[in-house]
Amino acid sequence: MMPTIAAFAASRLVHLSAVDSVIIAFYFVLVLAIGWYLKGRANTGEDFFMAGREMTAWIAGLSFLSANLGSLELMGWAAAAYQYGILATHWYWVGAIPAMLFLALVMMPFYYISKTHSVPGYLKLRYGEPARALSAISFAFMTVLMSGINMYSMALVLKVVLGWDIHFSIWVSSATVAIYVALGGLRSAIFNEVLQFVFIWAGALLIPILGLVETGGWSNLKQQIARNASAEYTHLWATLGSFQDNPMGIHWTGIVFGLGAIISFGYWTTDFLVVQRVLSAKDLRSAKMAPVIGAAFKMMVPFIVILPGLLGLAVLPVKLMGETQAVASGGHSYNEVLPLMLARYCGPGLLGLGITALIAGFMSGMAGNVSAFTTVWTYDIYRALIRKNAEDSHYVSMGRWCTVIGVIISVLTAYLVMQFKSIMDYVQALFSFFIAPLFATVVLGMLWKRVTAAAGFWGLLAGTLSSIGMWAWVKVDPSALRYVALSPYARDMAENMYRALWSCLICALVTVVVSYMTEPKPEHELRGLVYGATDIPHEVHVSLFHRPAFWAAVVSVVFVIVNILVW
Amino acid sequence: MRDSEISIWFFIGISLLVNGILITGAGVWQVIHPPENPVVLFNLHANVWWGALLFVLGLGACIHFAPKRNA
Repeated sequence: MMPTIAAFAASRLVHLSAVDSVIIAFYFVLVLAIGWYLKGRANTGEDFFMAGREMTAWIAGLSFLSANLGSLELMGWAAAAYQYGILATHWYWVGAIPAMLFLALVMMPFYYISKTHSVPGYLKLRYGEPARALSAISFAFMTVLMSGINMYSMALVLKVVLGWDIHFSIWVSSATVAIYVALGGLRSAIFNEVLQFVFIWAGALLIPILGLVETGGWSNLKQQIARNASAEYTHLWATLGSFQDNPMGIHWTGIVFGLGAIISFGYWTTDFLVVQRVLSAKDLRSAKMAPVIGAAFKMMVPFIVILPGLLGLAVLPVKLMGETQAVASGGHSYNEVLPLMLARYCGPGLLGLGITALIAGFMSGMAGNVSAFTTVWTYDIYRALIRKNAEDSHYVSMGRWCTVIGVIISVLTAYLVMQFKSIMDYVQALFSFFIAPLFATVVLGMLWKRVTAAAGFWGLLAGTLSSIGMWAWVKVDPSALRYVALSPYARDMAENMYRALWSCLICALVTVVVSYMTEPKPEHELRGLVYGATDIPHEVHVSLFHRPAFWAAVVSVVFVIVNILVW
Repeated sequence: MRDSEISIWFFIGISLLVNGILITGAGVWQVIHPPENPVVLFNLHANVWWGALLFVLGLGACIHFAPKRNA
């Protein structure tokens, strides 16, 4: 892959002015200053790993979203929008909003009342040590890989856009993240994520605004895309009746059941990277409100990510192509659409802000992965399996060192990730390996008292192994796609959707069968963990406008309307 | 959060304020000295008004969430 990157370096997309460099440097100074300021507020384990459980709903909610708004979101989905059209929006709407609202209203009370430090920690309380160990180890593995993906994406874009040395980009950004997370723990990560959220919007919002001005509005944009690509690129649902009718090669059942019902619920409700942010909320109402706030903003993210990709189809004078083809021909790849649009509209100052937005996205994703990895390693692997009864200060110290070590492993992973041709599909494959089965394990454990400890473990193991098995099957024999994804025409993303669906169903099936073959826990051991055995505080004394359920209903209505608008 | 803690919104205000000044300044400079290769829609002078907007928002956040008031 290194020759590939060297080839990209032959030409850079933009040239920064002095004021752009000052804006980027100021951002790095500010995030380090925040980490330094917060270093005295991370002395206990609760402070370092859970931000003292003091965050307001707004801070937890924006951090919840920002931790996910990493490099893949900004660069990858803008590229996907150019490549697949508005279908990429599904990953923001049906692939996120219902799951986030479900987390807020149904699952958050159990996470919060159980006072767990992590999702594997909840599995320990509900199912015992084996399920926690399996989940924690797979999560830690996935997290460092994700962090490596973030780094790779960041270094590549900085190489392509600015001509920066790839090793310089990787080490400077990772050292910055390591310093501010090691100093201030989760609180520092959360504060910087909120800051990064603002930078991302401030830097990226101008592209769609100016793009719509140039094209003459949404209707004209659709006409130009129909001329340059196809009218199918601007329909969200209308082309999903057949695998062959849309650019993504996917059927609506894959989007609704694979993405909407399994992958998104798995990610948004059980991936500790995002759930950790909500667990830091100061009370249960804030913890329930935070994902609702996150969902409201998530619905708007396509405006700064998907729309620039679509605008690229309409206004860019060059035709973008796949990475391999771009390298061979010296052209521009899909992944460059966002920087190209940035260079198109943004002069000095704005360009620096836009580049800072990209860097901020990369760093928030990396910080999210590193802080989640640190917590799971320290609490669910180190304390659970290696050293059980050390003092709190020892675990804080372990957390700080683990942050640095996690970053170093991520750096090494970044170089490894360069071997994979498609970052996005790779991430989707990872999700389906670990996240989809985990969702079945957690949600069955929360909603059904009959599920036993053995069932939780064996269900999770069966789901994970079946997912890896299906992936390997298609790799060895591509014709197996007709069984895994129900069609020989299905593409990589469709395959991932269906693999997630099957692995989740296999996990649920094994869990149910083993539950009926083994003895359940007595009800008093399930208090605070399972629906029907937990007293969930009601919000009768709170006004309507302060109730998470009310705002979840508002978000749901808007969600339906926006889907219909671009049907 | 603890009462004595500087609000995250103050930090955000600082960042918007500083970026607003820098971007507006760069925009005004370009109005006075137009570039040879302007960006698309240069005539809208987006960096002037976008920078000004960031400056106003940042100033508001800095005043509202200043540490003295927050303490």
